[in-house]
Amino acid sequence: MAESKMTVKIIAPDRTFYEGDVSFIEFNTIEGIIGVYPRHIPMTVVIAPGVLKLETAEGTRQAALHSGFAEILGDSIKILAESVEWPEEIDRNRAEEAKLRAERRIKDSSMDANRAELALKRAVVRLSMTKH
Amino acid sequence: MASMRDIKRRKESVQSTQQITKAMKLVATVKLQKSRQRAENNKPYFNMLYDTICSILAKTRNVDHRFLKESKTNKKAVVAITSNRGLAGGYNSNVVKAILAADLPKEDTFVYAIGKKGIEGLRRKGYTIHQDLSEVINAPLFGDAMELTKQLLTQYEAGEIGEIYLAYTNFKNTVTQEAKVIKLLPIDPEDFDTTSVADDKLLMNFEPDDETVLDRVIPKYMSNIIFGAFLEAVASENGARMQAMDSATNNAADMIANLELSYNRARQGAITQELTEIIAGADAVG
Repeated sequence: MAESKMTVKIIAPDRTFYEGDVSFIEFNTIEGIIGVYPRHIPMTVVIAPGVLKLETAEGTRQAALHSGFAEILGDSIKILAESVEWPEEIDRNRAEEAKLRAERRIKDSSMDANRAELALKRAVVRLSMTKH
Repeated sequence: MASMRDIKRRKESVQSTQQITKAMKLVATVKLQKSRQRAENNKPYFNMLYDTICSILAKTRNVDHRFLKESKTNKKAVVAITSNRGLAGGYNSNVVKAILAADLPKEDTFVYAIGKKGIEGLRRKGYTIHQDLSEVINAPLFGDAMELTKQLLTQYEAGEIGEIYLAYTNFKNTVTQEAKVIKLLPIDPEDFDTTSVADDKLLMNFEPDDETVLDRVIPKYMSNIIFGAFLEAVASENGARMQAMDSATNNAADMIANLELSYNRARQGAITQELTEIIAGADAVG
């Protein structure tokens, strides 16, 4: 496939997280993981906790993307992320604790299971990013 | 005429007050710069959320959604953002005034108050404070806005409240801040400019469907408006305080100049009087 690029803009409430050209992007949505090449049909999707992969000219970059939504428009993608972080920004110990806490809450039926489930997913994503 | 000693004492006291107001002004200036930067960092995110809602609404006209429908209950909720500290001119009382002017019935309004000064003001006017979240405004986080949104939406969905308002101070520039009350829910499609949506966005597909996306986007939109309002309020607070302290410093300078003048007059008067007395004494002896 011919090398084409699309501009990606990832905006968090308090900063512009990433801005640049990529040839491929992959992230998780509430409908499952999707990968997007340039010239995709226009689409808006809701993001679920997962790993965000960016194929840039310098190589692959990863980030933990937890919630928000993405607007895909052929040659540009805008991601509005409520929570997004680079692997180096993740506190491994904190994620580890959050994972244990979430697991405990899922077992305890008096707690809000959906919320604990989401927290567990976030923690697992964070941990998987810092493993290597 | 006041005695020389009295005038001197008064001048010294005004001078030390002036030092305090000057220091407060400097602190407010620095804080203003920071909070303004934060408020501006939030703008791109907000604009894009707004655009997205516009394009959804443009595409799905007359969508029947619970966030867009008028609710049956006439109970209301208002999020009132003020500051924890005073000495900021009319900053806090303007927000209270704006709430009073917005015609929110005292018995039927849940007040989610942020900022001790606003709580005091609203209590005096007869409102009951439903919840006090004052510590938030010291260092607003996006998580706080999300938490608050969730509470409001739970109440909204349970039918306890029919309308949600937000009262805050809009930061226009360093010298103008404007207290205003805006409606958060139900969303009025008229507020969104759906006519200028670009054609390519009209072909937009929403996954899984329009309503689910709208369902997810509106709470995010709300928490972002609230977060933006936090940031604007902090910037406005510092702007208002900077101005108030600036005029206090100027007033103190005027007072000092006046006191200096009357002190010198009193001193001159005392010298003249003493001279007259000496001359009169010398005349009597001679």
